[in-house]
Amino acid sequence: MKDHVMGAPARAINWNRLQDEKDLEVWNRLTVNFWLPEKVPLSNDVQSWATLRPEERELTIRVFTGLTLLDTIQNTVGAPVLMQDAVTPHEEAVLSNIAFMEAVHARSYSSIFSTLCSTREVDEAFRWSEENQHLQQKARLILNEYEVGTDPLKRKIASVFLESFLFYSGFYLPMHWSSRAKLTNTADLIRLIIRDEAVHGYYIGYKFQRAMEKLDEAKRNEMKDFAFALMFDLYEIEAHYAEELYDGIGLTEEVKAFLHYNANKALQNLGFEALFPPAACEVNPAILSALSTDSENHDFFSGSGSSYVIGKAVATEDEDWDF
Amino acid sequence: MSGLVFYSSGSGNTARFVATLGLPGLRIPIRQDDPMPRPDAPYVMICPTYADGTGAGAVPKQVIRFLNDPARRALIRGVIGAGNRNFGPTFGLAARIIAEKCQVPMLDRFELAGTETDTARIRNGLEQFWGMTCLTP
Repeated sequence: MKDHVMGAPARAINWNRLQDEKDLEVWNRLTVNFWLPEKVPLSNDVQSWATLRPEERELTIRVFTGLTLLDTIQNTVGAPVLMQDAVTPHEEAVLSNIAFMEAVHARSYSSIFSTLCSTREVDEAFRWSEENQHLQQKARLILNEYEVGTDPLKRKIASVFLESFLFYSGFYLPMHWSSRAKLTNTADLIRLIIRDEAVHGYYIGYKFQRAMEKLDEAKRNEMKDFAFALMFDLYEIEAHYAEELYDGIGLTEEVKAFLHYNANKALQNLGFEALFPPAACEVNPAILSALSTDSENHDFFSGSGSSYVIGKAVATEDEDWDF
Repeated sequence: MSGLVFYSSGSGNTARFVATLGLPGLRIPIRQDDPMPRPDAPYVMICPTYADGTGAGAVPKQVIRFLNDPARRALIRGVIGAGNRNFGPTFGLAARIIAEKCQVPMLDRFELAGTETDTARIRNGLEQFWGMTCLTP
């Protein structure tokens, strides 16, 4: 409805007249992927949670409040702001799905908290998230780009960096626990979030590339410079954030390699080349295999493993093949 | 050394990967009305995955149309998958399906537009592969 002007008729969305096939493709993908935290048996992690040391528990809760903050921003500000920039009605509809799923993600962390943690611990962590300088700084940088009057393309850049880069200092920890066979159900839930964020980053990055095609070369270069400058600024904050969180358990350098790897993927979603060289992106293989659940040991009886809980991946689709 | 056939949607990731690879490749068109390439020599297919969480819809329809033609299918020798590890079990799924359907090996997989490391590994891999593959249809 963004094009509504005085006197023009209000327009109903027609999904049988597409201006961009990608809208329907992504809509279908997101709606099939829909999930709620209640689907994941988080209570199976209660025993595992008790095996974590107090400082590991505190770290985990803090990391999750940091992720909750990013999801909250994307739910209430990011996706709605992008809706105003949509070039097709279907893009607006896809963004409304993205906005809602961000609310589901934010809500999921509270499900984890209510299953595993005490109210006092959680309240303390939310207070921490409001007072943590680095977390607040990165939120501020993104929110600045979302403000009224900013450039629609810059908003998309900020949004892709949030979806495809900023989450990963946090996602690292549940993947680390999962690789040690800890909090495996929580990790299943996080993998569902990671899957969604990957589609969001891809789609917003795709729309960015379409919009870039309409610009002249000077303007395209300006956008690219802006993107790399914002990435540098965000990376600096993320590096400090990672040090503050992970120095205590000696994982900072591993987390940084994971940040470099994801920063490159975020830039690729925007159609740009990688920033960090391969040597800086050597992610611990245990983390890579924790991301790809096919390498996970699915234990039918303990109810662990996202592929058991949410239905198994089907390796064939036959209707169109002639042979 | 023989050729590549690839599919890349509007995101352009696979097309960028092939451009970096620096090897000639035939692109399967996104639009159904555009002409399908007709390879005249054996080729390796590079194909991204578009599956939802259940694995459905992994292979793009245009790639299926391309492979449904027996003459084109007869020349496929291997397949390389593109995708995103964040999709877990469906990362590179399209290539696995094509490998199974066409009874050819899945040679490798990479994420998005690939990294320098991916490009070097796959370029070497293709060179070796063509060295030991039968090129007669």
